[in-house]
Amino acid sequence: MGKQEVFLNVNGQEYRLYVDPHVTLLDVIRDEIGLKGTKRGCDLGECGACTVLIDGRPYNSCLILPMDVQGREILTIEGLVREGKLHPIQQAFIEQGAIQCGFCTPGAVLVAKALLDEDPSPSEEKIKEALSGNLCRCTGYTSIVRAIRSLTG
Amino acid sequence: MSEESLIGKKIPRIDSWELVTGSGEFSGDVILPGMLHGRILRSPVAHGRILHVDTSRAEKLYGVRAVLTGKDVPQKLYGAGSGKAPIPGAIPDEQILCVEKVHYVGDPIAAVAAIDRDTAEEALQLIDFEVEDLPGVFTAEDALKPGAPLVHEWAKGNIYDHTVVLKVGDVEKGFGQSYYIREDTYKTHTMNHAFLETRICLADYDPRGKLTIWASSQAPFRLRAALAQVFELSEKDIKVIHPFVGGGFGGKVDIDHIELLAVCLSQKTGRPVRMEHNRSDQFLAARHRHEWTIRLKSGVKKDGTFLARSFDVILNGGAYISSGFKILLNTVGFSDILCRTPHLYFKGKRVYTNRPPSGAMRSFDHVNLRFADNQHIDQIARDIEIDTVDFLLRNAREKGDITGARYILRSCGIKECIEKSADVSGWKEKRGRLPKFKGIGIGLGSHTAGFKSGESDASAAMVRVHEDGSITLLTGTEDHGQGSRTIFAQMVAETLGVPLEKVKVSVLDTESCPPCMGCYGSRGTLQGGRAVLVAAEDAKRQIFEGLEDLWEISPKDLQAADGRIFVSGVPSKSISFEEAVKVCQGGGKVGPIIGKGFFEPSSERLSIDDGSGNLSLAYGFGAQIVEVEIDPETGDVKILNVVAANDCGRVLNLLSLNGQSEGSVHMGISHTFYEQVHFDKKGRTLNPSFLNYGIATSLDMTKVENIWVETEDPEGPFGAKGIGESTLVPTPGAIANAICDAIGVRIKELPITPEKVLKAINEKGH
Repeated sequence: MGKQEVFLNVNGQEYRLYVDPHVTLLDVIRDEIGLKGTKRGCDLGECGACTVLIDGRPYNSCLILPMDVQGREILTIEGLVREGKLHPIQQAFIEQGAIQCGFCTPGAVLVAKALLDEDPSPSEEKIKEALSGNLCRCTGYTSIVRAIRSLTG
Repeated sequence: MSEESLIGKKIPRIDSWELVTGSGEFSGDVILPGMLHGRILRSPVAHGRILHVDTSRAEKLYGVRAVLTGKDVPQKLYGAGSGKAPIPGAIPDEQILCVEKVHYVGDPIAAVAAIDRDTAEEALQLIDFEVEDLPGVFTAEDALKPGAPLVHEWAKGNIYDHTVVLKVGDVEKGFGQSYYIREDTYKTHTMNHAFLETRICLADYDPRGKLTIWASSQAPFRLRAALAQVFELSEKDIKVIHPFVGGGFGGKVDIDHIELLAVCLSQKTGRPVRMEHNRSDQFLAARHRHEWTIRLKSGVKKDGTFLARSFDVILNGGAYISSGFKILLNTVGFSDILCRTPHLYFKGKRVYTNRPPSGAMRSFDHVNLRFADNQHIDQIARDIEIDTVDFLLRNAREKGDITGARYILRSCGIKECIEKSADVSGWKEKRGRLPKFKGIGIGLGSHTAGFKSGESDASAAMVRVHEDGSITLLTGTEDHGQGSRTIFAQMVAETLGVPLEKVKVSVLDTESCPPCMGCYGSRGTLQGGRAVLVAAEDAKRQIFEGLEDLWEISPKDLQAADGRIFVSGVPSKSISFEEAVKVCQGGGKVGPIIGKGFFEPSSERLSIDDGSGNLSLAYGFGAQIVEVEIDPETGDVKILNVVAANDCGRVLNLLSLNGQSEGSVHMGISHTFYEQVHFDKKGRTLNPSFLNYGIATSLDMTKVENIWVETEDPEGPFGAKGIGESTLVPTPGAIANAICDAIGVRIKELPITPEKVLKAINEKGH
């Protein structure tokens, strides 16, 4: 089976791509579109480093086929900065020391965005629940949760 | 120091923007035109003889550009000791691709480079090979039995070289005089680093014999030296580039076969080759934490002070030595680093088995030793009815102590850590008074903070002050997420009296940056930091000399602070830093300002016979007190609170320190409850994925109260010591002690699973 034509909307931009049917959204974002901020941690949907938002909800892009998300709004970490300014969530991560090696950071920031867009005042339990699909080996999650809490109403 | 001092404050990381926007480049983000992708064919058997390998079908697959087997690559053996600054005991014992024998499930047999990952993967399926299955050994116990199959013909009895023995005083005499003696055996299993970014590299070999390689590594200069040795190239022709690295924890210090194979494939194809461990490979064929059996025997006086202690350890290190022997040597001295011990006996063996090779992992396994020792001590205290905190205070080391292995403790805040954590956690009010199934426990830890690997191992730095007064720091000491870039920038800014924003740390590459053998063993802050300070002071000196003619004043009467240079005591005689730089460079007296510095710790090489010698210039210390609640129906353990008191010498960056402590505690929680690499009877890894190798998630997040004890180490930059590992060492022991406090039964094996807890509860008859 040859390459197929796929239309993707990523960070508000339209892309027309020709991809093999088995290639994942993660591969397409990184290799075809060239956005490197979405990371590959396990390729099996177990670590959350590849998290993107699709219509505002977080998904492991390593488990998604591009064909299945045509016509949806895909947001990667690169889509957060507006006119050279960081999103408040990104600013909070920096100020609260929620970034160490930085590899899990794009995924965690996007999960935080999805959560706060849906519920501006989540409890700590809800924050931890929302982050439970994003593994971090460096921070112990404490500073990440603190960063998200600092933004709650 | 100026009011605007950066030392001790909460300073966000200077590389935050790149990481939080995803724009920071990691090794896997680098693309070169025409690059190929490599994959490795790995042995399906743990111990075998390679009978034949036929790559002809693979070579014919469209998109395959090269297929290599053992005869196509350098035959030179390599190991953790390859290149400069060899790690003691790290003999080269690994082949780039196995030629005659394989020694663990995962050992590389062939490698493919193809136009994409899928094609490379498909090509592996087309390699026809046969490996004769030979009897193997998988546990240390089996490996040590007389007549056991040998992993390597030259390693008699499957022991690396020799059993290490240290004798201090006379333990038998000490035991003879003891009021009470206790013996225990503890066990911990193989664990994995589980950093989020797996090992990955991109090698670009130029036919003139020049090589550029991007690698996710903790030791770029070490990598350069190893590549030079293996491929017989000059170091000047090798450029190792160190982009952002997604965690290390000791698992990215050794050269890895993917780096060697990427070079081989690039040489063969004339194209850049990217090679990575996918997550499954990372669990299967990369380094692990050793499996330990720890036997302890201690004799105490009636007042609880130690008279005699005996340690007997066996490390199951898998198929190759890596830094396993050095881990054993270090453990000798760690044995009595926390408690004074008049009579000490240490015996240890590093054993070969047909499992994946074990090497360095956060704390060089000091965390395993202390899991055992913290529990052993807690039990002794209980047995002789002395409160554990009192017991520890009676035995704890102090500044100026020299340990049995001759470690010199120039600073030591362990007593203050014990006292403060006990105070903050409410130990006295809680210990022995908590309701059933709730418990409180204490654990101690320590680790190195600035040591030399090998004969010559200086860290170096350069501080370049630009014409506009901005500054670039070039350092060979790398940052893999622990925050050294930020600490170093703080030191430069503090020394030159400029705002932090003026200081940039350049990307590390081995061509532009001065050397350092790597960041491991928590040595970055002290060793790299001292070099940075020397370089910054040198730059400052040059600027002051450049101003001599301006005010006809001696440089020793000048100060730099708050963005200005001024005459001491005469604030009106001042000039902005930028103006000062212009004066220096314009007049021709000084020219461009480039400060240089290096630092080599005067630590000692350990004796390979008994591990004695002062391992490190400074040591970090810590005490943790943990409260737990056990669910008697499920065996689940809930951590209610952790109080972590750590001696860091001096607080440089409170945000970074707290982050390290929180990260360490949660890795400790993870080690305690979840982490074990499981093997079947034929040495195959059963759980090579995050699904079945559990690491702590956000649901395990627990509150950590951080207390920082400042002992102002005389060798530390601003008095500081690294604590990236000493903050992990106490945790599993503290948790296990709390569990024992809660249920009255001690669990002597990691991980502490709900099954083990339930079994303990039922045996106790709750």
